[in-house]
Amino acid sequence: MNPVPPAAAHRTEKRHSVTGAILSLIFMGLGQIYHRQFIKGLLYALVELYVLIFWSNAFGRALWGLYTLGTKEQIRNSRGRITQQGDHSIFLMIEGLIVVLLIFIFALFYIYNIRDAYKTGKQRERGKPALNFAESLKFLWDKGYAYILIAPSFLFTLFITVLPLLFGVLIAFTDYSGPNHLPPKHLVDWTGLQTFADLLSLKSWSHTFIGVFAWTVVWALLSTVTTYFAGLFYALLIGHKKVKFKRFWRTLFIIPWAMPQFVSILIFRNLFNGEFGPINNYLQALGLHPVQWLSSPNWARFTLVFINIWFGFPYWMALMSGVMTNIDKEMYEAAEVDGASPWHRFYKITLPLVLFATGPLLIMSFAGNFNNFNVIYLFTQGGPVQADYSYAGSTDILITWIYNLILNNNMFNMGAAVSIIIFVLIAGFSIWNFRRTRAFKEEDMIG
Amino acid sequence: MKRLKRAFGVPFIYLILIVTAVLVLYPVYFVLAGSLNQGSTLYSSTLIPDHPTFKHYVDLINRHDGDTNFAQWYKNTLFVAVMNMILSTVLVVTTAYAFSRFRFPGRRQGLMTMLVLQMFPGFMGMIAIYILLLQLGLLDNLWGLILVYAGGGIPFGAWLVKGYFDGLPRSLEEAAKIDGASNTKIFLKVVAPLSVPILTFIAVSNFIGPWMDFIFARLVLRSNDKWTLAIGLFNLITGRENTNFTEFAAGAILVSIPITLLFLLFQRYIIEGVTSGANKG
Repeated sequence: MNPVPPAAAHRTEKRHSVTGAILSLIFMGLGQIYHRQFIKGLLYALVELYVLIFWSNAFGRALWGLYTLGTKEQIRNSRGRITQQGDHSIFLMIEGLIVVLLIFIFALFYIYNIRDAYKTGKQRERGKPALNFAESLKFLWDKGYAYILIAPSFLFTLFITVLPLLFGVLIAFTDYSGPNHLPPKHLVDWTGLQTFADLLSLKSWSHTFIGVFAWTVVWALLSTVTTYFAGLFYALLIGHKKVKFKRFWRTLFIIPWAMPQFVSILIFRNLFNGEFGPINNYLQALGLHPVQWLSSPNWARFTLVFINIWFGFPYWMALMSGVMTNIDKEMYEAAEVDGASPWHRFYKITLPLVLFATGPLLIMSFAGNFNNFNVIYLFTQGGPVQADYSYAGSTDILITWIYNLILNNNMFNMGAAVSIIIFVLIAGFSIWNFRRTRAFKEEDMIG
Repeated sequence: MKRLKRAFGVPFIYLILIVTAVLVLYPVYFVLAGSLNQGSTLYSSTLIPDHPTFKHYVDLINRHDGDTNFAQWYKNTLFVAVMNMILSTVLVVTTAYAFSRFRFPGRRQGLMTMLVLQMFPGFMGMIAIYILLLQLGLLDNLWGLILVYAGGGIPFGAWLVKGYFDGLPRSLEEAAKIDGASNTKIFLKVVAPLSVPILTFIAVSNFIGPWMDFIFARLVLRSNDKWTLAIGLFNLITGRENTNFTEFAAGAILVSIPITLLFLLFQRYIIEGVTSGANKG
């Protein structure tokens, strides 16, 4: 019962935070026990013990697997029977990634444990007692509410989005491809930037890449611009003050957007069928030659852009109608008083306001069309065949080409490399757009 | 001169609108007529089928042989859609609320990560998802597909809803907090009622999503009786295009009617939702 002299007490108390943090760094829960939070400290310590005892072997093996991608090749005897199972490189890679993510979660938890010990120490230095277990739980519920809310989404995103994407990025740096590097028969190896080098330097790959890339850009530009202006055109027509039943027309024209897109694409596929499609039947009935809508490369490209207007214009029409009805009527009246012609009013009031409101969406729509898998794949499946392309047809865009490479031809590493290139392009584009719209927002539109 | 132009103008506008209406409705008419046609030909010579019949609808619903399992596909799709709607909405809304209303270590990094994740082509992770589901025994299982949809939609949805929450006035929440309401209560009583438009958008779009998706459904669902409608209809029409057209048409109508009605019913929310999607940040 010796009272500690005040000065000494002050000195020891000052170190509570640092001592607690260091102890918790050495072993989880030690700092909490030092702060006399025995239950909490014990729980932390048990977590670390559990991980060390049951998981360290698995962790080591998984990291080895991720690093080497397996060392034992499958061996068959002369009659083709498997005598040694061998390592499965791709499973090893995914297991390795899972373990890396688990270690990441554990590290976050560990850091939280150190922070907790540090903060409790700080609290004690200020002369307040450490929380008991019940108080700690309540504190966690109040202060950690955000973490509790996020936890399920965090786990979902980590394993269903982040993990597969990391895997997708990693295989671009391996030789994972058919026919010679497919597990379980063969091992896969890290090859660094070889895939990218092949894509850009081997004639067969680079020719396909450039051709498909060019058509992707043309497609994205044409499909965005045509639908945008078709939408603007119909929004203006319906918005015309003499036109009656505006709601009726708008709802009618929204139908292509409202219908399930894959259904309407498949319908169009029939309509434009070269042999027995009704469009060619009508043409023949009128005495004209049937057109090879889907089997001639340029006709197929044209048809795609054309039917895409059908799918795409309602979206713009609806958005622009909304913008136009929100424009202050007084602005038009003032312009009319000043003697501005209708064309002038459109050009100086309507158009800038519509462009301003839909500009960012226009850019996003370009990015969306760049990756518009459904229209291309369901309508032409990339066809017609282009003989000098590697695994691509003449209407394939990058994203459908990747689908072909990965799902139908086992060219996993090449598909992954092209995906990374798409990502870099889209990311650059989006970041640029993101910044620009921010600057845009602050601008005063009408001076 | 000007008056002449005006008189000419309005009928001309109506003419364009009517022509467009015909073009917009023609594919719908084509598939509707096809579904009512007798036999299995896809080209009807008369405007209205001579002897309209619902035979194809009845056949399609009643058939469950090796190839066609339409009623089962419909059930599967409905199940996936409802479950995805519930799971996605809960995940997206909780995440968005946390990012909008709380400041915590890791918040900035979390937001940046979600932004970057949206920019990867969706099926870049397909092989890994396939292997993951295989290991978990969720391949060829509707729940596997639901998990893939719900997980994949989080980054985009959470950003969208967070932006919406950011725009809501805080004064009511602060008043509720002073009155001693818990975080959960504040969300349910104050924030949620103000967010009906965006919550509707998230729920409806996650319900519609599984009816449209082709890529992941085909990856995850392998056996015929597990398929969703998108894969089923695609397989009805590819390969034997002319012979099976009438049945495809009946199926297409049965899929399109509920989805189109749902869309038209909620069009205000949908348009609002896609507009705010681009102005986030």
